[in-house]
Amino acid sequence: MLRDADRIFTNLYGQQGRDLKAARARGDWEGTAELIAKGRDWIKEEVKASGLRGRGGAGFPTGVKWGFMPAEGGDRPNIIVVNADEGEPGTCKDRDILRNEPHKLLEGILLACAGTGSHLAYIYIRGEFVREAAILEEAIQEARDAGMLGPDACGSGFSCEVYVHRGAGAYVCGEETGLLTSLEGKKGQPRIKPPFPAQVGVWGCPTTVNNVESIAVVPAICKRGSDWFAGFGRERNTGTKIFCISGHVNRPCNVEESLSIPLKDLIETHAGGVRGGWDNLLAVIPGGSSTPALDKAACEEAVMDFDGLAELGTGLGTAAVVVMDKSTDIVRAVARLSHFYAHESCGQCTPCREGAGWLWRMMERVAAGNARIDELDEMQAVADNISGNTICALGDAAAWPVQGLLKRFRPTLEQHIRDKGKRAA
Amino acid sequence: MTQETTQGPDGFAFTPENLARAREIIARYPAGKQASAVMPLLDLAQRQHGGWLPGAAMDYVAEFLEMPPVRVYEVATFYTMYNKRPVGAHHIKVCTNIACWLRGAEDLMAALRERRGLDNDETDRDGTYTLSEVECLGACVNAPVMQVNDDYYEDLDADSARAVVEALGRGEAPAPGSRTGRQGSAPEGGPTVLTGKGEG
Amino acid sequence: MPTLTIDGTEIEVAPGTTLLQACEQLGIEIPRFCYHERLNIAGNCRMCLVEVEKAPKPMPSCAAVAGDNMVVHTDSESVRRARRAILEFLLINHPLDCPICDQGGECDLQDQTVAYGPDRSRFNEEKRAVADKYLGPLIDTSMTRCIQCTRCVRFMHEVAGVPELGAAWRGEETEITPYIEKGLTSELSGNIIDLCPVGALTNKPYAFQARPWELAKTPSIDVHDAVGSNVRVDSRGDRVLRILPREHEDVNEEWLSDKSRFACDGLARQRIDTPYIRGNDGRLHPARWDDALRAVADAMTDVPAAEMGAIVGDLVDCEAMTALLDLWRGLGSPHIDCRQDGAYLDASARAGYVFNSTIAGIEDADALLIVGSNPRLEAPVLNARIRKRWRTGRLSVGVIGQAAPLTYDYTHVGEGTRAISDVAKGDNAFAKVLKNAERPMVIVGMGALDRGDGDSVTGHLHRLVENCGIVRDDWNGFNVLHTAAARVGGLDLGLVPEDKGLSAPAMQAAAGKGTLKLLYLLGADEVDTTALGDAFVVYQGHHGDAGAARADVVLPGAAYTEKDATYVNTEGRPQRTQRAVCPPGEARPDWAILRALSARVGHTLPYDTLEDVRHRMTRINPVLGRVDEVVPADWSAVTKLRGKTPRKAPFESPVRVFYQTDAISRVSPTMAACVREHGLGDDDRKAGSDG
Repeated sequence: MLRDADRIFTNLYGQQGRDLKAARARGDWEGTAELIAKGRDWIKEEVKASGLRGRGGAGFPTGVKWGFMPAEGGDRPNIIVVNADEGEPGTCKDRDILRNEPHKLLEGILLACAGTGSHLAYIYIRGEFVREAAILEEAIQEARDAGMLGPDACGSGFSCEVYVHRGAGAYVCGEETGLLTSLEGKKGQPRIKPPFPAQVGVWGCPTTVNNVESIAVVPAICKRGSDWFAGFGRERNTGTKIFCISGHVNRPCNVEESLSIPLKDLIETHAGGVRGGWDNLLAVIPGGSSTPALDKAACEEAVMDFDGLAELGTGLGTAAVVVMDKSTDIVRAVARLSHFYAHESCGQCTPCREGAGWLWRMMERVAAGNARIDELDEMQAVADNISGNTICALGDAAAWPVQGLLKRFRPTLEQHIRDKGKRAA
Repeated sequence: MTQETTQGPDGFAFTPENLARAREIIARYPAGKQASAVMPLLDLAQRQHGGWLPGAAMDYVAEFLEMPPVRVYEVATFYTMYNKRPVGAHHIKVCTNIACWLRGAEDLMAALRERRGLDNDETDRDGTYTLSEVECLGACVNAPVMQVNDDYYEDLDADSARAVVEALGRGEAPAPGSRTGRQGSAPEGGPTVLTGKGEG
Repeated sequence: MPTLTIDGTEIEVAPGTTLLQACEQLGIEIPRFCYHERLNIAGNCRMCLVEVEKAPKPMPSCAAVAGDNMVVHTDSESVRRARRAILEFLLINHPLDCPICDQGGECDLQDQTVAYGPDRSRFNEEKRAVADKYLGPLIDTSMTRCIQCTRCVRFMHEVAGVPELGAAWRGEETEITPYIEKGLTSELSGNIIDLCPVGALTNKPYAFQARPWELAKTPSIDVHDAVGSNVRVDSRGDRVLRILPREHEDVNEEWLSDKSRFACDGLARQRIDTPYIRGNDGRLHPARWDDALRAVADAMTDVPAAEMGAIVGDLVDCEAMTALLDLWRGLGSPHIDCRQDGAYLDASARAGYVFNSTIAGIEDADALLIVGSNPRLEAPVLNARIRKRWRTGRLSVGVIGQAAPLTYDYTHVGEGTRAISDVAKGDNAFAKVLKNAERPMVIVGMGALDRGDGDSVTGHLHRLVENCGIVRDDWNGFNVLHTAAARVGGLDLGLVPEDKGLSAPAMQAAAGKGTLKLLYLLGADEVDTTALGDAFVVYQGHHGDAGAARADVVLPGAAYTEKDATYVNTEGRPQRTQRAVCPPGEARPDWAILRALSARVGHTLPYDTLEDVRHRMTRINPVLGRVDEVVPADWSAVTKLRGKTPRKAPFESPVRVFYQTDAISRVSPTMAACVREHGLGDDDRKAGSDG
């Protein structure tokens, strides 16, 4: 288990103050100017060497992403956008950073700006986080007043302005191009890639979009060294990570742990175990709602990192572990998720707009036992026809839970139809 | 949907305070990119107008930002937090997504529905409550969760949810956060890590 | 130049070419719904997905740019599977109402379904129903059929510049809507009917009139403005049922104004379908051709040539004008004029009265000064071209005249002649814009030339042209924007008064005073018919409008859809209409009527066939034989004038109500409905100003 001394988010639970003074006592804003003085390339290389992969779901190496940003001095400025549109069901880690460690995030933003040649940053925070947005605004004001941000951030001579932009209720804005479109004052509809945001981002400017957690760990990486960060977890899956453990566990919680921790350890050590004991486990969604669920057997061997979960046909996603015990009607659970994707589809492209609703209605009928077993094949076909054919990953995300259910729980599904069907008859 | 916007006043204008606030918001974005302020300005207008956005407010914001009105309508209808119909003084938004659902959100929703006699997205006659079922609120380890206006109430069950709602109705201000006294997202019974004892 | 392989064939394409364009270059058809070559790329329908080797998923060919060494498959099993999938998704919520849908037979979705679609549905859920939207009198909606391709939204935003449609809500509840429902106010709105790939937006006046396969389709030319938009006239029997744009890259691209499209129901109303003679009771009585021609001939024989005049209206074709000119010259009358509005236009040098830069040339311009014109109302399609150029960010526009909404930003330089003079003298900042431009343009409208001081205004303009370098060796930026389809042809033929001849306004005055005894109105309705005194008035034309109401004899002519005729557009481009239907009743092509009359008055015109008239026409001006060509005109031949002291009055566009500008559109019920919809009628305007 990770030692407290190696935990980055030492105020994850808000036991201490979140203000500048308290943050400084925890080591935030310490030696920041010296880090900036080491230059854009040094920061970028340090992040690259740490092996940090994006904490928002896709897991793209953060340092590599920064490397796509053009040199300064073009006609369009480089911009950093922090994705705080946390909304993947099961996920509530960024909220803790926003409300309890805002200065860690701001210091990270400053370093991210320095590492990408940007002097302007926006934090796109989901609209429902009204209080968290207010805390951020307060922290920005504090940092600006203290000279941590602004024209001469931390006395480094580097200028950096940070603004908060609140969303208004749309999961799809968590998709990076949807987020940028939304930031431009439009419907949050994702864009076709290429061009990628590093070429054409918000207002046509080169833009890097990073998740809150990815940015907030950057100061620790720079201060304690990439080797230190890379020392946790397996190769290509390095660092610490905030896990959210929800659902049928005895003590749901967030916890920062080392990547590559076995799923079972994570649940038993930190969340008080599965309700009714490990043997009462039915399934676990390992990385937020989009990632296909694992059955109990798979849970036994699951290692909580990018590659480990990919090998099991699912993904680390946002590391939001949703636990379901045997009392769960997993068909209904997935139907609920299908409703979510239909509700959150932006409506732009055909497969997702039409397919997500179709999948949801089929799932509802299956859940109610009002379906034939051969319709499961049709459901598979519909899911397969959505995935891979859409503009953004929301279409894929709508298909995955259903595909996962069909793959790992087909007997349960068939039994479900037979049982419910009998009852209905 | 059209009749929704035709309800409400013929005109709308920001109060002097909100006007100043709106200008401040616009200044956050690069020159000429004032359209980016459409979301915060719609939010500002909605708050000024008692929690919902009449067509007149959308038109006002469009003019304020020099945007074609239809682009503002698109934005106002795309995002769920803009209410296109009047809502009650307390807009109760109950999350029923997976993490909350697994821990009894449906019971909670049913209890509130029954108690208030309200259907989804319905407002009671005296305009006190609107009850809405919403998607994931992002507080999953504190499920079930509901948001009332700007505040989150967490670790709920049917009884505690009802108690919060009743208290709000009586004009009280129940403290937001966990109903079971948990510290943020730390496990029930207190953190097992970050206890200040070194090893977690 | 990237080289790639598509379906086994190697092709080299220009950088920036999309895969879809590359496929088209090879003749490979890629199905699509949202993609349209004249609109921004949306990439939302996903119908055009192709397989690119090494790419993780299928790529939208409309948006994907061709890269070197790409290997593309457009007909692989995975592509076919994707297309089937997309089509199925589009169909699950699409109603099965093809038998009662006006799009039937010309529907992209129907066609693609035949090609890739399933023959049965496996969608067992309830289909979605979407409320229809009110978009005004021109466009019918059936929104349940909509496939959310957003072509209409993009057209209104990008091309029309009147962003009144949006895609509201989201997910499967996405709806194309104006949100606040009122009639669309763009003069180009009808184009979204053509753009709609399904039957969601249909032609309202044409609703349930016909199936496309029942229609005779005749390529022709529009006459409701001077753009000369290329059209297709769809008719059944003797009725014109609808008019559609035809593609002409240099003229109208593929757009058409709402008047040109929808005024056609006026062709079946208030038609003059037989000759009339005014009786002693003061009323017009139907007559036989023989009697009517004799009545005209008798009147003409009684009057000396110097006391008869002829005024030509706005919808008259070149063949008819040729015949009129020959007849009048033969009779020896100097009084003939094709400028019924009295506009000052010097017919002696073509460069002085045409749109020299050409319409397509607008896309080369980097500065534009509009003088006395509202192109949006006078020539909506041409206005769209200005907007197209403006959207690139490379065109600065200035306006002298009324400050009207034009769909692009402009500097309001001034209101009248003084402003022209200021720019010419360099006293206005816009002078610098013009001088610094590589391709500066001036567009002069009738609003600057039709007020009696057109010669002075032209003089000031000539100075501006000179001082701001509007005309250069390789560029003529001086442009006249006409509003009458007949006008350039009339000037080309020289239908202007001879030395001692009277202009159109002078003829009217002379008639009022009694010095002009006979007035021949060839389709001229824009004259003050109450002020013609006791003159004997002959009206030859197709509609019972102002001219016919005053006439002593009425001769029934043919409308533009009923004859093979030549019209020269504002650029000086001769184009030809074709007869789509027969003229009603006793009506005849206009040149033939004049030919018959000429025999009665003893000056028989030397032609009996259309070919003969055209031969004569091109003898008068060879340019008229160069069909669809714009022959560059020589600016140095233009007689340069000097401006006098400017009049104060601001320029006003001659078009106040776009929907009603000629004898056809004035009787069109659809155009009348538009006037009511937008509160443009006289009563509406009065109510507006009083209130």
